[in-house]
Amino acid sequence: MFYQVQGAPLYCYTGDKAFDAAKPTVVLIHGVLCDHGVWIWQARHLANHGFNVLSIDLPGHGRSGGEAPASVAQAADTIAALLDAAGAQKAALVGHSWGSLIAMETAARLQDRISHLVLIGTAAPMKVSPALIAASQDDPEAALKMINVFSRSTLASPTGAGFWVYGASMALGRKVLRSNPRVNVFHRGFVACDQYEGGPAAMAQLTCPILFLLGSQDQMTQPRAAQPLIAAARQAGKTVQVQHLPVGHHQMTEAPKETTAALHEFLCC
Amino acid sequence: MPGYSDPGFDTLAVHAGARPDPTTGARATPIYLTTSFVFESSDHAASLFNMERPGHVYSRLSNPTTDVLEQRVAALEGGSGAIATASGMAALHLAIVTLMGAGSHIVASTALYGGSQNLLNYTLRRFGIETTFVKPTDVDAWRAAIRPTTRLLLGETIGNPGLEVLDIPTVSQIAHEAGIPLLVDSTFTTPYLMKPLALGADMVYHAATKFLSGHGTVMGGVLVDGGAFDWDASGRFPELARPYDGFHDMVFAQESSVAAFLLRARREGLRDFGACMSPHSAWLILQGIETLGARMERHVRNTERVVQFLASHPFVARVGHPLLESHPSHKIAQKLLPRGAGAVFSFDLRGNREQGKRFIETLKIFSHLANVGDCRSLVIHPASTTHFRMTDEALLAGGITQGTIRLSIGLEDPDDLIDDLKRALKAAEKFDAKAGA
Repeated sequence: MFYQVQGAPLYCYTGDKAFDAAKPTVVLIHGVLCDHGVWIWQARHLANHGFNVLSIDLPGHGRSGGEAPASVAQAADTIAALLDAAGAQKAALVGHSWGSLIAMETAARLQDRISHLVLIGTAAPMKVSPALIAASQDDPEAALKMINVFSRSTLASPTGAGFWVYGASMALGRKVLRSNPRVNVFHRGFVACDQYEGGPAAMAQLTCPILFLLGSQDQMTQPRAAQPLIAAARQAGKTVQVQHLPVGHHQMTEAPKETTAALHEFLCC
Repeated sequence: MPGYSDPGFDTLAVHAGARPDPTTGARATPIYLTTSFVFESSDHAASLFNMERPGHVYSRLSNPTTDVLEQRVAALEGGSGAIATASGMAALHLAIVTLMGAGSHIVASTALYGGSQNLLNYTLRRFGIETTFVKPTDVDAWRAAIRPTTRLLLGETIGNPGLEVLDIPTVSQIAHEAGIPLLVDSTFTTPYLMKPLALGADMVYHAATKFLSGHGTVMGGVLVDGGAFDWDASGRFPELARPYDGFHDMVFAQESSVAAFLLRARREGLRDFGACMSPHSAWLILQGIETLGARMERHVRNTERVVQFLASHPFVARVGHPLLESHPSHKIAQKLLPRGAGAVFSFDLRGNREQGKRFIETLKIFSHLANVGDCRSLVIHPASTTHFRMTDEALLAGGITQGTIRLSIGLEDPDDLIDDLKRALKAAEKFDAKAGA
């Protein structure tokens, strides 16, 4: 369904459920050059287990209108506005990769309004190599291939339904890129990741428990790159859980059952 | 398989979709010959039926062995996923019934396999799906045949048996301008020779019975989706863009931007029509695919030798292979099929029907049968077999005459194949001399 957010339609996949103010709400935030479809298993599970699910297409991505966010801060403003538009007084935020930075920044701003924070495939700073940033602008197809190779840890998807996750990611990236003829959302997203420096400060302001869900074979955001954030959270006395899955950067599709189980357990506690 | 390289064709042909068996450690893909899979609990069962988690329920819908094959073919084609079916015809049928119902229309190439012709021209008409046939090389005809009810453009990478090479970039552009997907039968070329999705096609299917399995031992089909077509924007596909009350009111295009077609095809077409692949068949086809690159290279090399021999033989009137400059698709084949235009082709004898019969019956290494893409070399007379239901006019439209003979070149020593053909040509030529005496 669509919510009118910041003057533009924002698409949210809800697992075919109507919003119920009595239920807890969880917002799922995708990464660069992705859309809500990366959460296909987790969104349906949560929607059928007592949650309002708002699995968004970021502005200017996929089905959503509006201006594609040029910074983590801009995207955080959108998430805050979405909660208002949906009538969600409190919500859990789950973000993957760039989405994890957006979730963290939103949680820092909204403080007690956020019940849980899940950071999947995260790092801060989330530096992107200059070569990859340049390729995302000059040769998006080559850059897309590079990030898929970096992101995947296996040539065998565990989905059991004939999906070739590498090919599906390539198709999704091309489709999201085509969905916005005004802005190269690939390049803009990478720049936003690269320039975000608010991680430690945001971590200090959080009031909710945090789950880090890291891929031990992740080449895009290597587990060691998440350590400064984890240390900052612990130093600030936050409630922190860290879970490693034996997969690459796309935990949601490379380890769908384990990712869903981790989310379910954390969000229900 | 972590790493920084983009796996090549032969690596994918051996590894894509497969991992050591989690239970036994078996390195080769096991055959999960079971109809069904035990649920861990009632909640687990419900979550599988409700698509909250991946997993197998019943082998008509999915199976671990078949899943490996589906991923592997999708990987080789550069697709987002695939569905294995009981045959190539079942794959074509699955694609069509997923995209349309009565009142819909297809535009298809005249140069199609006879079985596909039957389905479109006779059977589907009975169910209210009309097809307009156009010459594959007539670009204007493709465009002119599109109606408001058209849901699909359909062709073969290289037509059967005339080997007209489909100009996929051009035909796909015509299709996309009208908001219609292009489906391509890539059986003759396999992803080793051509990747139609990269050229603009939206979906690809194979009779895996042929080159993919490669040994003439198993029936099967595979339908691959590229994931690129925008079902919402087209406005022609309520099956994918509107709630489906046959499956939780799911709007498939909203579930996934790149998997909508395959989700509906599996959740409806495979579920309700039931033309699934046996896990044993999937395993056999996987064995074939592991050597696909090596085999196709040899198929093509042998074919080049045989084509050159026949083209220079005085008793051969015409050889129809795009390798030859005389073939109408020679130029486009060089562009779209740089590794070769396949191992199936036809030629015409300078003789009558009886001489053609004598030619086929004299062959020793070539087997006379209705198949292609075997490791063994094969021969057939299309007008009296694979295309026998077609009128003379329809045959001519498909590039077939009464004297056309089709060969499928196998993996034998090329010198032996040429000797076999040489003997049979001589026998056919002499047979005419005796008849005239």
